[in-house]
Amino acid sequence: MNMRNPLANARGHGSAKSGTEHWWGQRVSALLMIPLIIWMLYTIIAIIGQPYQVVQVYFSQWINSVLAIALVLAMFRHIQLGLQVVIEDYVHSQPLETILQLLVKLFALAGTITALLAIIRLALQG
Amino acid sequence: MTEETRKQRLERPLSPYMIGSYYKPQLSSMLSIAHRASGVFLSIFGATLMVYWLVALSQGPVAYHEALMLLSAWPAKVLLGLLCFAIYYHSLNGIRHLIWDTGRMLEIKQANLAAIIVLIASSTAAIVTVLIVGGWL
Ligand code: HEM
Repeated sequence: MNMRNPLANARGHGSAKSGTEHWWGQRVSALLMIPLIIWMLYTIIAIIGQPYQVVQVYFSQWINSVLAIALVLAMFRHIQLGLQVVIEDYVHSQPLETILQLLVKLFALAGTITALLAIIRLALQG
Repeated sequence: MTEETRKQRLERPLSPYMIGSYYKPQLSSMLSIAHRASGVFLSIFGATLMVYWLVALSQGPVAYHEALMLLSAWPAKVLLGLLCFAIYYHSLNGIRHLIWDTGRMLEIKQANLAAIIVLIASSTAAIVTVLIVGGWL
């Protein structure tokens, strides 16, 4: 028995032929984040309660800028892939699903750009 | 929709929801839904707060101090405490997921042991972090 909605067949959904990449993207971003999250926790504990100057100098150092950029990129990629699956799993009505999927993409893109700009500005202040 | 497709749809097997009266609550299913919930929670609040903090820092001392004032109000402190637990839990449980993906630790006994380790480790780490950050340690 063919259990697929004929419309889904016609649109080519169901299998979008991108499942493997998605799966790998989620895992690779997760793996990358393990050291980066450790660095983030270290950073939080190191700078908490410190005066502005100290925090600013910390984020103007090469190594910290690079790690912060890597964290932002990995995290927003992980978020986008992760939230996409959650929406696919729970939201089955159109156009709501498409709207939410677009919002997730927008959120990830805006977050990435804004965070990167802030990190670069801090790096240039050094 | 034709009568035929309507019939096909009704005949489709449904997988029962894991949370509900079909399954007895188990450690594995509870931690699984908590992984999802913590991921969504971190995405919406954690990532947004991180970007907010970075932008404030990049704008100079005045903006940075305003942000710190906002983040030290008690509702913000509660949120930060929950985020702290969520990041430890999701990261450690995420490692458990990654180990499964290599085909290891899939036996129920091993999976449950790892689950208990994740729960104890993330709670302890969250409490210790809150104590350090709060100045009690
Ligand atoms: C070292 C850190 C992390 C690791 C090892 C990790 C690992 C994982 C893994 C393996 C999955 C897939 C789970 C599955 O297939 O069921 C996942 C899902 C997810 N993660 Fe993470 N993660 C980490 C950090 C984060 C952070 C910081 C965020 C958000 C700011 C996040 C948000 C999500 C979301 C939204 C999902 C989708 C949830 C789902 O499909 O059930 N993760 N994570």
